[in-house]
Amino acid sequence: MVKWTELERSTVKAIWEKIDIDEVGPQIWARVLIVYPWTERYFGSFGDLFTITAILKNDKVAAHGKVVLKALDKAVNNMDNMKRTYADLSQLHFQKLEVDPDSFRLLADCITITIACKLKSALSPQSQAIWQKFLYAVVDAMSSQYR
Amino acid sequence: MTTLSEKDKNIVKTFWAKVAGREEQIGCDAVSRMLTVYPQTKTYFSHWKDLSPGSDPVRKHGGIVMAAVTDAVSKTDDLTGALLSLSELHAFTLRVDPANFKVLSHNLLVVLSTTFSNDFTPEVHVAIDKFLTAVALALSEKYR
Repeated sequence: MVKWTELERSTVKAIWEKIDIDEVGPQIWARVLIVYPWTERYFGSFGDLFTITAILKNDKVAAHGKVVLKALDKAVNNMDNMKRTYADLSQLHFQKLEVDPDSFRLLADCITITIACKLKSALSPQSQAIWQKFLYAVVDAMSSQYR
Repeated sequence: MTTLSEKDKNIVKTFWAKVAGREEQIGCDAVSRMLTVYPQTKTYFSHWKDLSPGSDPVRKHGGIVMAAVTDAVSKTDDLTGALLSLSELHAFTLRVDPANFKVLSHNLLVVLSTTFSNDFTPEVHVAIDKFLTAVALALSEKYR
């Protein structure tokens, strides 16, 4: 189990409070598909993902971004129980969706970059360190049922 | 994945024009973040008096690194040739584990995000990520 200091808990919550899921979710998801195009393999049903413009305008991409950020909200509120919180989602991504868990790491990096664009210098080096520790704990929890 | 298209090169060069004049600040911020977020990288800098974010040695080193990256932006047609002596330096003298190039690249992307915000679009992000990956590969050339 990951241990969190009071500073780490409050920093993660402070960053999360500044994030509007409906605004940032679509941006994050578009960024993943554009920067790491092989992740499109999981989204055959999303329609036109052939150009950057198409990805940025795609409603299903936007909707999925919001779904993923809502799931991240669970981690913010369950920092001491992440493996248990994500056990079912991890199982789903392994058994049914067959997603390479390396994708979770790519998503984590895109989340950090998108948040950095939004928060700018308010994301200090120390905050970035704490936020990335949090995200990698989420990645770990999402990978936990892959066996 | 390491071949830069003409489109990639143009996007990188166009975006890098915004960086002009801010290289030292951006480099300083990137190195500061690397040392803070990935403490294992401190092992290469034990000879510095001060490894805290924004310290003199960090700022100076950030400037040196960014000058080299900026130079690479102007030489995208032959990164291996352009980075040959730097590759030899890193391989034989500094002996930096090449995995760390990716770490510094990530922190540089974060700084470009915090500095340029909405101008650091996904399209710019992928071109710069490809460019930095190509730079890292050229830097690794002489290792073995």
